[in-house]
Amino acid sequence: MKQFAIAAALWAGLAAVSPPPAVNDALITGDTLPPKLSAFNLLINARTPSFGVRPYALNTALFSDYAEKYRAIYVPQGQKASWRDDGVLEFPVGSVLIKSFGYPDDLRKPEENVRMLETRLLIRRASGWVALPYVWDADGKDATLARAGKRIDVNWTHLDGKPRTISYAVPNVNQCKGCHDLGGTLTPLGPKARNLNDGVRLQSWVKDGFLDQMPANAPAVPRFDDAKAPLEERARAYLDVNCGHCHNKAGPANTSGLWLDWNQPRDVNFGFGKRPTAAGRGSGDREFAIAAGHPESSYLVYRMESLDPGIAMPEIGRNMVHTEAVSMLSDWIRTRK
Amino acid sequence: MKHRPYTLAAAFWLLTPFAFAPVFAGTIDVAAGPNAQERLQAALIDAKPGDTVQIGAGRFDLTDGLSLDVDKVTVRGAGPGATILSFKGQKGAGEGLLITSDDVVVRGLAVEDSKGDGIKSKGANRIVYHDLRVEWTGGPKTTNGAYGLYPVESSDILIDKVTVKGASDAGIYVGQSKNIIVRNSVAMYNVAGIEIENSYGADVYSNIAMHNTGGILVFDLPNLPQMGGHNVRIFSNRVTKNDTPNFAPKGNIVASVPVGTGVMVMANRDVAVFGNALEDNSSANVMLVSYVSKFDDKNYNPMPRRVTVRDNMHGKSGFAVAYGGSPEANAMLSAGQFAVLWDGLDSTPPTLRVTDKVPTLSMGFPRQGAGPDEAKPAPADLSGTAAMPEPPMVVLPAAMEAAIQ
Repeated sequence: MKQFAIAAALWAGLAAVSPPPAVNDALITGDTLPPKLSAFNLLINARTPSFGVRPYALNTALFSDYAEKYRAIYVPQGQKASWRDDGVLEFPVGSVLIKSFGYPDDLRKPEENVRMLETRLLIRRASGWVALPYVWDADGKDATLARAGKRIDVNWTHLDGKPRTISYAVPNVNQCKGCHDLGGTLTPLGPKARNLNDGVRLQSWVKDGFLDQMPANAPAVPRFDDAKAPLEERARAYLDVNCGHCHNKAGPANTSGLWLDWNQPRDVNFGFGKRPTAAGRGSGDREFAIAAGHPESSYLVYRMESLDPGIAMPEIGRNMVHTEAVSMLSDWIRTRK
Repeated sequence: MKHRPYTLAAAFWLLTPFAFAPVFAGTIDVAAGPNAQERLQAALIDAKPGDTVQIGAGRFDLTDGLSLDVDKVTVRGAGPGATILSFKGQKGAGEGLLITSDDVVVRGLAVEDSKGDGIKSKGANRIVYHDLRVEWTGGPKTTNGAYGLYPVESSDILIDKVTVKGASDAGIYVGQSKNIIVRNSVAMYNVAGIEIENSYGADVYSNIAMHNTGGILVFDLPNLPQMGGHNVRIFSNRVTKNDTPNFAPKGNIVASVPVGTGVMVMANRDVAVFGNALEDNSSANVMLVSYVSKFDDKNYNPMPRRVTVRDNMHGKSGFAVAYGGSPEANAMLSAGQFAVLWDGLDSTPPTLRVTDKVPTLSMGFPRQGAGPDEAKPAPADLSGTAAMPEPPMVVLPAAMEAAIQ
């Protein structure tokens, strides 16, 4: 009898669990800007994607003030992403790229006590990609659209065990375009084949029918902090991801003539012997973006080391110095001829 | 039911006048007060084409850059002395206000103390700047932002009645653009007052450039998407007493501009400088020079070509030359009080023509990029160069002029 009661209770409990709510495809492909993130049903919570939404990571990521980032992709059921040798994979209308940002109490324990700040959606509609920044409510249950951006004070214990406090910046929708712009069109930046390719991930995507195909010798970039990888590739991977989205021939920083994307040949426009154009204080009295052999004379390094908005690069979303990257790029410049 | 035809007719009558207007123009009011950043930025995002974002009088303390990415929006304040956007507490973004959409009008406001550039517009065609002030309020300092007003990579630019003070690079800087008018404006205490760089077709007139390091510059630089600056007319400006020591961070091209420069033309073609009042510029009232540095760009021409300097009124100048060389060399040059300073390089046959009746100095450099020790200064006469057609007048779309009538 007792056993039966337990079984019955279990059964009842199971029955009470409704099937996971389906992602709201109509909202994704519609033309509204939903005020609440929950309306999409893309996430169970900030760190956990819904059923059918696929988490992923990148080899070398954009530096975001040491925030922990949780990425996921949704592609409508029955459809696939398409392979692209160069640039970002092609996602069908109805797809969503999801990126959530948060800080753990202690960066040395990144999984514990994470305070979520914001979730950014890039939605592929018939009219093109749309960027929507959502800021998590104080109770952490839902997130609210913040098209005008927001500043949030954040503190945590850093990798060195010391406390850090910053004024974290949630971008406004124009600033989204400030980076995600290619020749006037909003474009995703992260999920490029070479930056997704870690030897396992894309293979499993193809196997699962999430990606249509991939070539046998698919390109790959290393992690910028992988000491075993060639320094040249680590540097180029970092510059591509952190600078190249603006600093390319069609990007928001094209008029600087400093182009740091993956495909830029190593010439003046890649920074070697490149004088400042409109850098102003960003030149730091240094003559060249990259002075081969001399990181201390390269204004690229100077701008990465600054937190002054009139000097700092990238212009948006950086309130901390990425010391590990500065160190790697300085080593790279020091050993170039 | 009898009313129906009447109602329909009335509705038609009401709608008709609007049927010819492309959009319903609305006004979004933003008043000074707390939370200015989010309220003003939200208005700039929510504005629809045709709308005016009306910014009230008062001081707006902003914490980040502002941006506008909607076409056909007017951003209007209560006047450059009344509506003040202060970026003193700015924590992020490379400029105060960034505009990336077409057919925008910005008027009647001030931008103060931005950490980087004051107002930047990129890829923003047919933009109108009118009745503005951009200022770094602590006077000329190396820590000031680079450009006051900074339209770049745009076609059809009108800058009218703008005052810029304190920029550590150029007060009004137009880069890599086409079809430009800069007029009725005042540039003071900047490194460069007004600079037209890598641009095609510019009329710069009826401006005052005083107390800058250099008054008005026409430059072209290598390794950029748009090069080959040409068709620039500098006329009816007052370019006097440009006496602020150069405070630009080194490495930038304007850091090489000698204090006391009036009008400087570098590496451009088809430029006319005429009818200006030029006085008290201690290095020279007019400089004609080639690009100063070494460069690696086979598509770049470092020479000034087809430049006409005529009918300008010259006061005292060239009395304290600060042009590269040693103090002794500068003192010797200063004794000549040359109004026009030329680096000595021209094409064959010559294309630089100066008919102003003032002393002209050639620095006698043997080639582009030569160092000061290679100079062989001597008086020169460029009045014999054959006259050449001058650049055409810049004409902007009528709607741009109408927007500020």
